[in-house]
Amino acid sequence: MTSTTLVLGARPRQFPFVGLGTRVIERNFLVYRRAWIVFLTGFLEPVLYLFSIGIGVGGLVGEFPLDDGSLISYTAFVAPAMLAAAAMNGALYDATFGLFFRFKYDKLYDAVLATPLGPRDIARGELTWCLLRGSCYSAAFIVVMAGMGLIGSWWGLLLIPSSMLIGFAFGGAGMALTTYMKSWQDFEYVTLAIMPMFLFSATFYPLSTYPQALQWVVQMTPLYQGVVLCRELSTGTVGWDAGVAVGYLLIMGSAGLYAASRRLGTLLLK
Amino acid sequence: MSAPSSARAPTYGPSAQPSSVQLVLRQYDYWVTVYRRTWRGSVISSFLLPLLFLAAMGVGLGGFVDDQADAGALGGLDYLAFIAPGLLATTAMQTAIGESMWPVLGNFKWGKVYFSQAATPLRSDDILLGHLLFVAFRIATTAVVFIAVIVAFGAVSSVAGAVGALLISVLVGMAHATPVFAFAATREDPSAFAVVYRVVIIPLSLFSGAFFPVSQLPGVLEVAAYVTPTWHGVEVTRMATTGTVDWIWMLVHVSYLLVWMMLGWLVARRTFARRLTGG
Repeated sequence: MTSTTLVLGARPRQFPFVGLGTRVIERNFLVYRRAWIVFLTGFLEPVLYLFSIGIGVGGLVGEFPLDDGSLISYTAFVAPAMLAAAAMNGALYDATFGLFFRFKYDKLYDAVLATPLGPRDIARGELTWCLLRGSCYSAAFIVVMAGMGLIGSWWGLLLIPSSMLIGFAFGGAGMALTTYMKSWQDFEYVTLAIMPMFLFSATFYPLSTYPQALQWVVQMTPLYQGVVLCRELSTGTVGWDAGVAVGYLLIMGSAGLYAASRRLGTLLLK
Repeated sequence: MSAPSSARAPTYGPSAQPSSVQLVLRQYDYWVTVYRRTWRGSVISSFLLPLLFLAAMGVGLGGFVDDQADAGALGGLDYLAFIAPGLLATTAMQTAIGESMWPVLGNFKWGKVYFSQAATPLRSDDILLGHLLFVAFRIATTAVVFIAVIVAFGAVSSVAGAVGALLISVLVGMAHATPVFAFAATREDPSAFAVVYRVVIIPLSLFSGAFFPVSQLPGVLEVAAYVTPTWHGVEVTRMATTGTVDWIWMLVHVSYLLVWMMLGWLVARRTFARRLTGG
């Protein structure tokens, strides 16, 4: 290193977006190295669902209609929905339980504030970590899909950034909501929000199954938007709906991230 | 066991030693208190989620299955009637395993409840049995709610079937609970439980004939499914709710579940005794 004068309050070199949050990422990486088996098996869940529901139940169902009327195998119908759900779950786990534990029990962020990092770096670092971790799962799942011949077009390449976008949306929103949680019991509400979305967001059967009023409700949920995006890409039937989904998820993630930074600041610096 | 100290001998003579039944029942107050303080936390996962699964799969997806599947594939049942008992049995399994991991380790490690119980006349076997009975109670309450709902959906054929399904659910749950008790008592930290969740609970839920007949699985996996207690549990529960009982098979399934329950219990007695006596 060249000799430089020490300037108090100077911030070290920063990456775009994450800033000093890279230190948070590094810390999480070091911790997770000790829990690699938990990390590894996390990828199993969506694959098992795909095999069971897609292939097992698919054997009973046969062909399935898309919104434009064309028929695809049931496995090809379910797979993109499992991908969207996996991206959601992958991001949410760290952004809710993980963040809460580090905040409340590890007192990690109190320690972090004693360094040049601020609440904004924490929020961005944690969210980027969620995305990195979630992307590993999504990428592995996309490889499985491709291996089984479930990706019908080159649009499928966009599944990788799309699953990251879904992770961004749910990770940001999850972090923001977690800053309002008071105890572990509050996390029952997370389960209460995730499970119905997982089951009813046109994951296992098309939207047209519902009566019109319910269709509107379902369309408003974020997982439905993610499912539509992934399904249009994997089946190659890309339309305006995918664009709407991208906008929806971007806004959701940005709003969540902004709120989470603000809230963390209030909670930590009060 | 060491002989009682001479100071206590006059007060508690040999005839004053309570029976095992009394010792187990003495824990009733404790478990009632625990349940009254914690039942809210289990409402969503125990009661609501299985019902949402039933609505999404049985009703939503069921419409497509019933339109397209051959009538023979599900043994002449509609899809709702097919998966309702499957979900009942897998819910019993999930509740049982969940109640046998963190709570057991916690009572050894965090709350140290077992150790405080062991400082009373309660013996290791009594403590184990007391907690197992609580798990049986948790499975039974979950099953009662679930059965009430599937009766309302019209997926149970008779009153006897509903009562039978309740008894069988408890057996299915306990066949999974005792081996997991034995395992949890050997753990020092809960990291293995997340892995159990992913490599045991989820595969058992998805591939044990609850959602589709295991005959659709490739050969090796089909055989593996027959070995699991869960498959036997799903099959025998389905016999009860649909009223199509094959008594010989029912005997086979029930016996197999009993074997798992008893073996798990025997091992759990050893692992509990070892940890509680510090051996």
